[in-house]
Amino acid sequence: MLDQTKQPPLHRRIHYRILMKIIGHTATYVILAVVGIAMTLPFLWMLATSLTHASKVFAQSGFFEQLIPSPIVWSNYISAWKALPFGRFVLNTVLIVAFVTAGQIITSSLAAYSFARLNFPLRDKLFFGYLATMMIPGAVTMIPVFILISWLGRISDAEIYICNQYFGKVIGVDSYFALIVPGMFSAYGTFMLRQFFMGLPVELEEAAKIDGASLFKIYYRICLPLSKAALATLTTFVFLGVWKDFLWPLIITNSEQMRTVMVGLSTFQGMHGTDWPLLMAGSVMMLIPIIVIFLFNQRYYVEGIKLSGLSGI
Amino acid sequence: MFSRKTKEALCGYLFIMPNLAGFLAFTLLPVAASLLLSFTNWDIFNSQNSEFIGLRNFTSIIGLKLRTDNMTGLTDWLCFWNHLHANDPRFWQYLWNTFFFMIGIPLSMFGSLALALVMNTKLRGINFFRALYFIPTIAAGVAMYQLWRWLLNPDFGLLNQLLSVVGINGPNWLGSPLWVKPALIFMGFWTSIGGYNMLLYLAGLQGIPPHLYEAADIDGASNWQKFRNITWPMLSSTTFFIVTMSLIGAFQGGFDSLYVLTRGGPAGSSTTIAYYIYQKAFEQYYMGYASALAWILFIFVFAATLLNWKFGGRRVHYY
Repeated sequence: MLDQTKQPPLHRRIHYRILMKIIGHTATYVILAVVGIAMTLPFLWMLATSLTHASKVFAQSGFFEQLIPSPIVWSNYISAWKALPFGRFVLNTVLIVAFVTAGQIITSSLAAYSFARLNFPLRDKLFFGYLATMMIPGAVTMIPVFILISWLGRISDAEIYICNQYFGKVIGVDSYFALIVPGMFSAYGTFMLRQFFMGLPVELEEAAKIDGASLFKIYYRICLPLSKAALATLTTFVFLGVWKDFLWPLIITNSEQMRTVMVGLSTFQGMHGTDWPLLMAGSVMMLIPIIVIFLFNQRYYVEGIKLSGLSGI
Repeated sequence: MFSRKTKEALCGYLFIMPNLAGFLAFTLLPVAASLLLSFTNWDIFNSQNSEFIGLRNFTSIIGLKLRTDNMTGLTDWLCFWNHLHANDPRFWQYLWNTFFFMIGIPLSMFGSLALALVMNTKLRGINFFRALYFIPTIAAGVAMYQLWRWLLNPDFGLLNQLLSVVGINGPNWLGSPLWVKPALIFMGFWTSIGGYNMLLYLAGLQGIPPHLYEAADIDGASNWQKFRNITWPMLSSTTFFIVTMSLIGAFQGGFDSLYVLTRGGPAGSSTTIAYYIYQKAFEQYYMGYASALAWILFIFVFAATLLNWKFGGRRVHYY
């Protein structure tokens, strides 16, 4: 109380506070902008290189001259697209994405509904088993699955040949089967959807049960329509995961026609090791879908992280 | 025909069946097969000649031998570790590399925390920055690693051009055994600082009850005191979660970036255990040896997971 007599009058103190607030906000924005520049500069550099003429990349012309290429060579993108069968890579990847997404949504949501709502013996033990497998490194299962698939390919090779030229093998190394089927079953998706289903109100389902709806009908007509957000999250995760997946398609494909976008892009360096503009143009094209999907589904993506991350698996 | 309960149980099994089948075929059986493989010298091209070799894969990986032939005096015996020779010196080098890369964990964790503290305001446009900072995490993959190969180019890359502006002659990042690890750690820092960890910290910060800060304000606490005594302890469970998850990730990850940027080189100075498994299994086709390596990796991952299970649930708050 004594101190109050020594303090400046009230309006001065309020002015001081407002001033401090403005300084604080400005400082925050400055930090945010500096970090933002650090995050975007590499991507801008990438765009700049992708539009530079090949002969000018290695000219020591200084930083800003390299950031703003002149002349702008749009044809780099066409050349990059033609340097490798990128159309085929994109087609392969989109096919894999479509089937893996459909497979994961069907198998995971069925299992998740069962784990969340139905009572059966050993349910919780089975679910715990699912959780436990999530910590097994991919490196452990990768080798046996590779052996299994190449073995399946060898025993079926002699018997079935269908459109080998265009669609790869039916089964085995270099087949869509090998690229798609092992990815269709996800413990993660099951876990995430189960969390989501458990949060849904039970009343609707009980009403449907009284009306005599079958369990499958309840799952299909009530649970799934209520879970659009969770399904969108899973789809986003699967798309990004499959599009960027590298190790499995790398080891399970040999022929160029069966490669995915990321594996295709990694072979770019062998052929055009020093052709940075083309490599950057190719990389930009393969990055655009990722960034677009992320920006559109950002909300779902962040939700998915929170749903899985904060629950502590 | 059936009671309601039996029907529900049957439906329950039926619904998990598709997923369970895939889980058996592509997870459970492979895990068992991998364990079996690790006790054989399996050769994929010549599987008839593969045989059961007991623990020999494991002893060749982690085994050490004491060479007594040139040990003469007492000092040699006292300093016996100078005469220990690893059966697979590469394994130890790559294990060391794997641990070395973990320097990046605290770096990016504190970076994320700092960023989360700055972003924990209701300023206009904060969502824009949050999305922007997340883009490197989303973009991480072969395409972005190709970009980093170009950024780290010794003569014309962005990093060395920026360094030359301030008069530093940047090293040949990816070509030098000394600089390749710092370069990759730096890339990891840039990639992850605005990613998952920042989101987790942000969620953690928003969960701290504001009355704690109000009480501290009344006591006249400084910003540092508030951080040290409120924010940091209240975030301890988030921090713990981030550390264990990053450890698990560091043991397993990094293959894509190493494949694109260095192929584990120069001279194995950036090879990690995960990359070594790939080399053994799919470049040299030592499937048994690689499976044994994978199980050793699994032991490390398991230890980190146990740590999380044992202590992760316990909230280390002090109020």
